[in-house]
Amino acid sequence: MLDTLVAGLRSLLPHDSVITDPVRLRTYECDGLTYHRATPGVVVLPGTAEQVARVVRLCNDFGVPFVARGSGTGLSGGALPREDGVLIVTSKMRRILEIDLDDHRAVVEPGVTNLAITEAVRDRGYYYAPDPSSQQVCSIGGNVAENSGGAHCLKYGFTVNHVEACEIVTPDGDLVTLDRMDPGYDLLGAFVGSEGTLGIATKITVRLSRAPQTVTTVLAAFESIEQGGQAVSAIIGAGIVPAAIEMMDALAIEAAEAAVACRYPEGAGAVLIVELDGPQAEVERQFAQLTEICSGAFELRVAADPAERAAIWKGRKSAFAAVGRISPAYIVQDGVVPRTSLPSVLAAIDRLSAEHGIRVANVFHAGDGNLHPLVLFDDAEPGAGERAEVVSGAILDLCIEHGGSITGEHGVGVDKSRYMPRMFSEADLDTMQLVRCAFDPRGLSNPGKVFPTPRLCGEAPGVRKGVHPLVESGKAEQF
Amino acid sequence: MDPKLINDCVHCGFCLPTCPTYTLWGEEMDSPRGRIHLMKQHVEGTPITPEMAGHFDACLGCMACVTACPSGVQYDRLIEQTRVEVEREHVRDPQERAVRGIVFSLFPYPRRLRLLRPGMRLAERMAPFLTRVHPGLGAMAALAPHVERRQRLPRVVRARGERRGVVGMLTGCVQGEFFPQVNAATARVLALEGCDVIIPPGQGCCGALSVHSGRDDQARRLARRTVRTFEQAGVDTVVVNAAGCGSSMKEYAELLGREPGFKVRDLSEFLTELGPVAKRHPLPLTVAYHDACHLAHAQGVRAQPRELLMGIPDLDLREIPESAICCGSAGTYNIFQPQAARDLGDRKAEMVGTTGAELLVSANPGCTMQIAAAMRRAGAEIRVAHTAQVLDASLRGVGL
Repeated sequence: MLDTLVAGLRSLLPHDSVITDPVRLRTYECDGLTYHRATPGVVVLPGTAEQVARVVRLCNDFGVPFVARGSGTGLSGGALPREDGVLIVTSKMRRILEIDLDDHRAVVEPGVTNLAITEAVRDRGYYYAPDPSSQQVCSIGGNVAENSGGAHCLKYGFTVNHVEACEIVTPDGDLVTLDRMDPGYDLLGAFVGSEGTLGIATKITVRLSRAPQTVTTVLAAFESIEQGGQAVSAIIGAGIVPAAIEMMDALAIEAAEAAVACRYPEGAGAVLIVELDGPQAEVERQFAQLTEICSGAFELRVAADPAERAAIWKGRKSAFAAVGRISPAYIVQDGVVPRTSLPSVLAAIDRLSAEHGIRVANVFHAGDGNLHPLVLFDDAEPGAGERAEVVSGAILDLCIEHGGSITGEHGVGVDKSRYMPRMFSEADLDTMQLVRCAFDPRGLSNPGKVFPTPRLCGEAPGVRKGVHPLVESGKAEQF
Repeated sequence: MDPKLINDCVHCGFCLPTCPTYTLWGEEMDSPRGRIHLMKQHVEGTPITPEMAGHFDACLGCMACVTACPSGVQYDRLIEQTRVEVEREHVRDPQERAVRGIVFSLFPYPRRLRLLRPGMRLAERMAPFLTRVHPGLGAMAALAPHVERRQRLPRVVRARGERRGVVGMLTGCVQGEFFPQVNAATARVLALEGCDVIIPPGQGCCGALSVHSGRDDQARRLARRTVRTFEQAGVDTVVVNAAGCGSSMKEYAELLGREPGFKVRDLSEFLTELGPVAKRHPLPLTVAYHDACHLAHAQGVRAQPRELLMGIPDLDLREIPESAICCGSAGTYNIFQPQAARDLGDRKAEMVGTTGAELLVSANPGCTMQIAAAMRRAGAEIRVAHTAQVLDASLRGVGL
């Protein structure tokens, strides 16, 4: 069947935009998460929204599933291809279509990289706020699919807070626009973060922000991670909302040092990167408070100029990939805990690590309790991968136990779908299915992601039995 | 190919936006991450298919990905090993083989290049005809620079003023034959800065072109001869003014399995380490400095040439946007992959145009020819010079 489909695809797209050569296809077998692999049935690289829509309609005609992919940097396997399906890659759709500074907006195609938007407006004093660590390569379409975050989302919010409208190709191939200003249900809100299960974004209107008057970046080195954690709580407790508070532990520092020679203070058990931004007077006042709060730090380094600021951030932003320098293989975990639980969760991760003989490096957005433990192992050692998986999974259990979440910004994808039932009751999952079925009744748009077991849309979701786990744990109330 | 080097890649994709071919086409298999994936397939038993070879051939070897990689993947070594494998396993079509044969029996041999010189004036006019024979030949002709009178360099150029060092100097093949004035400027600058410059006669190609194209045996032969020449000259530092040559010579130990008896330094690197002594005369010029990939990415020399240029009074240095992206010259790339090279050249020309500079400075003869040709196509002809020539003009207090 795929053969007939391919013939159809070739009639819709330029010759070199349809890839069927097996050697070439395999280069698309995984995204940033290499643990899961599947060679796509066929890869297409459309150049326009109309072409995406036609491809999706053709998939519908044949009842073939399709998966969208941007730059392939996702860390939850959200863009894992289907062997029986079409991989729609948006990397040729990378034009910035419109920049309207009066309205603080830019309209871009999905393949444009996150950083390219900022670069296009930076010299006029604007920027695009969400900044995933992979911002120089990750695509804005992927950011929308995953509702990507980044270090500065503590103060400015996630992708969902910076997208004004999306032109999407619906799972049945219609080209429609979802606008934040539309009355009625916030469909744009539902679409952002839907991980490719509700359609493919083909044009994105993003909000541009004014660059702050002043930015002060501080690197505070602590002897232990507990001290660092306490400082984080104290900063937030004092009512300061920094643009970012990032923490790295000794192992993560070691990796970053090996990769980019970031020259963080020697002998640090943990470093905090705190960035304050805004009007000068406010930043100065907050800086004075911050200095006092971080009095326990053995070194407090303030970036004197943009180059020094970039140097501080370079260590943090390269940390994930840099871990490749100290370990042959690793799992990047993503979970959330309440800030106040940071010290106890970190201590528990430490215990898990010792128990299983698996090293764990910690890099995280401390300000919003978004952990990124890097579980290190040697894939050449038999059984190490499995042990790492166990540790990685146990960390998510810890997050749930403490009233947190199984993902902060990387998405559920294929990697965490099996953890969804630990966090949500069957009734919750059924409700999510109803939303999904409203958009994608045939289940062709990125099937097998987010939800543990594909449920048919015709199946009636059951009535919730028993008390919701969040109600039971006192985290939520039901009216 | 070394599977260990392949496994260093964690598939993060940070290399993608720095890769010239990914920038052009947006396709995974023409990105460093994709190419490493192809290498992995090959190591795991997939034979080199024509498609696979095509993606390796399309790599410019600019090493921008090496700079961008946080995991420290040695893509430079990987692609060199891969090219050797491609040369060994893959059978190219006869026409392609013929063109490659011409290039590799011509460029690394200064004496053969010399025979071309009289015909260079005709080259541009012959380009359309040659294009019909093979696009690569046409591209080669279109790039041909206007050659200047040959300048025979003495065996030794004595230091002016207090002697601060003795260095050997590589004259190179393309640099020496097509840009003799650059070598002359290099020797003068070194002498004015207080160095005795030893220029052994009978130097040949350093082997760079062959290394970068997987022609292992030829590379080793040429490298060995170069090492012998400079070891016999008895210098402990060899100064190189062509980025591609410098980067290959710095890797001689790996290629030959033994450390040569001398250090290799790029001219700008050497001069910055030595420190300026000679007086700089003002040069009221707006200059755009182009990072040659084999200088910036392969040797990590970025700050030094800028520092030297900024040390010249009245010189206004402008940065070229997207400076980390290759101009498309890449050794022999503009001959073997004329279309991609042309697209990259046009892109670079556009970026150079935005600087409003009147002079383009670069440290590699290939880049200079490539960008000058692209600027000509865009109708925005720009003067070009090597860093050495700008310094030479300033040191001697003459115009440029």
